[in-house]
Amino acid sequence: MNQEKIVFLIAILLFCAFSLFLNGFTSAGNLLTLVRGVSTLGILGVGMAILIIGRGIDLAIVAIYAMSVGWTLHLANGGISVPLAMLIGYLFALSAGVVNGVLIAYVEVPALFATLGMASFVYGFARYALVPLYVVYMPESASGIAWIGSGFAFGVPVPILLFALVSLLGFAFLRFTKPGRFIYAMGDNFAAARMSGAPVRPMIILQYAISATIAYLAGLVTATAVASMNTNIASSSMIYDVILVVVLGGIGLSGGRGGVRNVVVGTLLIGILLNGMTIMDIQYTLQDVIRSLVLLIAIVIDSIVNPRDEQTAQQGDI
Amino acid sequence: MKTRNILIAAAAMVSALGIAGLSIGAGIDDPRRADYFKTFEGKTVAFVPVTMGIDLTDGWASVLEAQAKDLGMNFVIRDPHFSADAGAQAITALISEKPDVLIVHNPDIQSYAKLLKRAEEAGIHVIQVNMRSNYNSDAYVGADWIGIGEAETQAIVDRCGAGTSQKIAILQGQPTSGSDSGMMKGAENILAKHPEIKVVANQGADWDATKARTIIATVIQQNPDLCGVVGFWDVMDLGAAAAIKESGKKIALVTSGGGEQMACDNVEKGVFDEEIAYPVLDQGHALAVMVQTVLQSGEPAGKNKFVIYTPALRITKETLHPGMCWSAASIKKN
Repeated sequence: MNQEKIVFLIAILLFCAFSLFLNGFTSAGNLLTLVRGVSTLGILGVGMAILIIGRGIDLAIVAIYAMSVGWTLHLANGGISVPLAMLIGYLFALSAGVVNGVLIAYVEVPALFATLGMASFVYGFARYALVPLYVVYMPESASGIAWIGSGFAFGVPVPILLFALVSLLGFAFLRFTKPGRFIYAMGDNFAAARMSGAPVRPMIILQYAISATIAYLAGLVTATAVASMNTNIASSSMIYDVILVVVLGGIGLSGGRGGVRNVVVGTLLIGILLNGMTIMDIQYTLQDVIRSLVLLIAIVIDSIVNPRDEQTAQQGDI
Repeated sequence: MKTRNILIAAAAMVSALGIAGLSIGAGIDDPRRADYFKTFEGKTVAFVPVTMGIDLTDGWASVLEAQAKDLGMNFVIRDPHFSADAGAQAITALISEKPDVLIVHNPDIQSYAKLLKRAEEAGIHVIQVNMRSNYNSDAYVGADWIGIGEAETQAIVDRCGAGTSQKIAILQGQPTSGSDSGMMKGAENILAKHPEIKVVANQGADWDATKARTIIATVIQQNPDLCGVVGFWDVMDLGAAAAIKESGKKIALVTSGGGEQMACDNVEKGVFDEEIAYPVLDQGHALAVMVQTVLQSGEPAGKNKFVIYTPALRITKETLHPGMCWSAASIKKN
C-alpha cells in the first residue's frame, strides 16, 4: 500500500460516487471534458516528474510555459510569421531551461533557489521587455496551429492525445534509455551515481531542457485552446498544482522513485475532483478547500501506512 | 405678443453688436485661469491598479498620464501584479509618501478597506475606480455594475425565452470582487422577474480563460440544451466562447468588458453575441475630471462622497460601427 495506490483508490472511490450521484458524469463526452480540462496540467506534470525523480525541481516551469508562448503570440501579432515566432519562443524557453541546468549543475546552486529565481526572472523580464500585455490574443495568422488546443483526432480532443503522447515518451525515456536510468540513479543517491561514472552535470542540463520543452508544448496547447495566453498565470498558484499532481501521484520529493504512471493517476484525481465539483456547482473558493483537503488526506494516509523510520528520515524530503 | 418678440430680438441684436464692438482687438483675461493651473502644479497622483498590462488599467493610466503632463502633476503607478498583498504594501508605502490623490482599483471589497480609510485620515484624497471596496472614500468612478448585470442578464433572458430550454449559466470572475458582487445583484434583480429561467450553473473562473473553458465545457456536457451564458469579463469569456464553439451548439454568450477592439472584433465574428461595455477611455476621462474636482474642492479628504457611473455601451452586430471600440495597441504608441 503506497501513496500511488492510496490516491488511485481515492480516485476510484470518487469516480464511483460521482457516477452514482451525478447525472451524466460517466457519459463519454463528460469524461473527455474531464481529462481535457487537466491535460495541460498533466503534460507539465510529466516534465516536473522527470526532474523530481532525479531529485531536482523546476519552479520556473509555469513561468516558462506562459511567457515563452506569450512572446510567440506577441511576435505573431507584430507580423512575424508563425513558424518563426514559434521558433523564437521555443528558443527562449529552451535557454531558460539550459541556464537553470547550468546554474544547478556547474554553479551548484540548489535547484529550489535557482529555479525560483529563474521563475521571477522569466516573468519579470518577459513582461518588461518582450510581452507588454498581460493577456496576449492569438492573431488570425496563427489559425493554422489552432488544432493543437482545439482540434480533434480520432474523435478525441488533441490535448488529450498530446498528454498521452508526452506520458508515453516520458515513460519510455525513463524506463528504456540510459539517460532515464541515470536520472533514477541520481535521484536515489547522487554521490553514488556520480562516482560510478554517470555524467551527472550534462544530465542535469538535459533534464531542465526537457522540462522547458514540455513547458513550451503545454503553453501552445493552452494558448490555442482559448485563442489567448494569460501570462499572469506565471505568477499564480498553478506551479503548486503541477507539484501537487506529481506528489499526489506518489512521487516522493526525495527522488529516485515513481514514474509517469503516478503523474497520470494524480492528474486524473484532480480532474475527477474539479469536474465533479463543477457539476455540483460548488463555489470555487470552496473547491480550493476541498482540493487541499484531499491532498492532506492522501499524505496523512501515506504517513500512517508508511511510517518514517531511521532509513527514510536520512533521505530527507527535498 | 408679436411686437414684444420683435422688440426683444431687436434689443438682443443691439446688445450683441455692442459687446462685439467692445471686444474687437482686445482679449479678456480669465481671472480664474492662473489659480486653476496653480492648483495642480507639482501635485502628485498615485495609481494602484489590480495589475498593469490589461486593457482597462493601461487605458485609464494613459489618460491620467496625459492629464498629469498637461497640468504639471506627477503621476506614479505602483503595479502589484494581481497580488492583493503587494497592493496593500504599495498603499501603505504611499500613505507615508502622501500623494495628493490616490486612485485605487480594488481586487475585492475587503482587502484595502482599512487602508483606504487610513489614507483619507492622512489627508490623501482616495478615488476608487471600477472595483470598489466596502469603504466609501471621496469618490467612486466606474461602471454601474448592477446596471451592467441587469443589462447582460436581460440580454440573455431575451434570447432564452419560451421555445428554448430556458437554462442559463453564469460565469463570474471572482465572486468577492466589487464588480462581480454588483453584476450578480443585477442578475438576481432580473432573474427575480423571470422565474421560468433556470440557472443551472453559477461558477467563478478566476478571470482566467482556460478555467472558463473547462467550466463551460463541463456545464454543456451536463446540460446539452443550455441556452445562454452570462459572462462577467470578455477577456475571460474567450474561454467560454471556445467551449461553446467546440460543442457545436447554438448557445448565446453575453459578456461585459472595457470595449477594447477585441470586443468589437469578436462581436463581429459572432464569438460574443453581445458585450455591455464600459468604454475605458471615457472612464479615464471621468477619472481625470474627478482628480481635478477633489483637488479644486478645497475640502479635506474623506468629506465628499462622489459617485460617477460611466455610461454603458451595448455592442451587438446591429449597433457595431467603425470606431466604436478603442485600441489598446494604439495607446501604447502615444
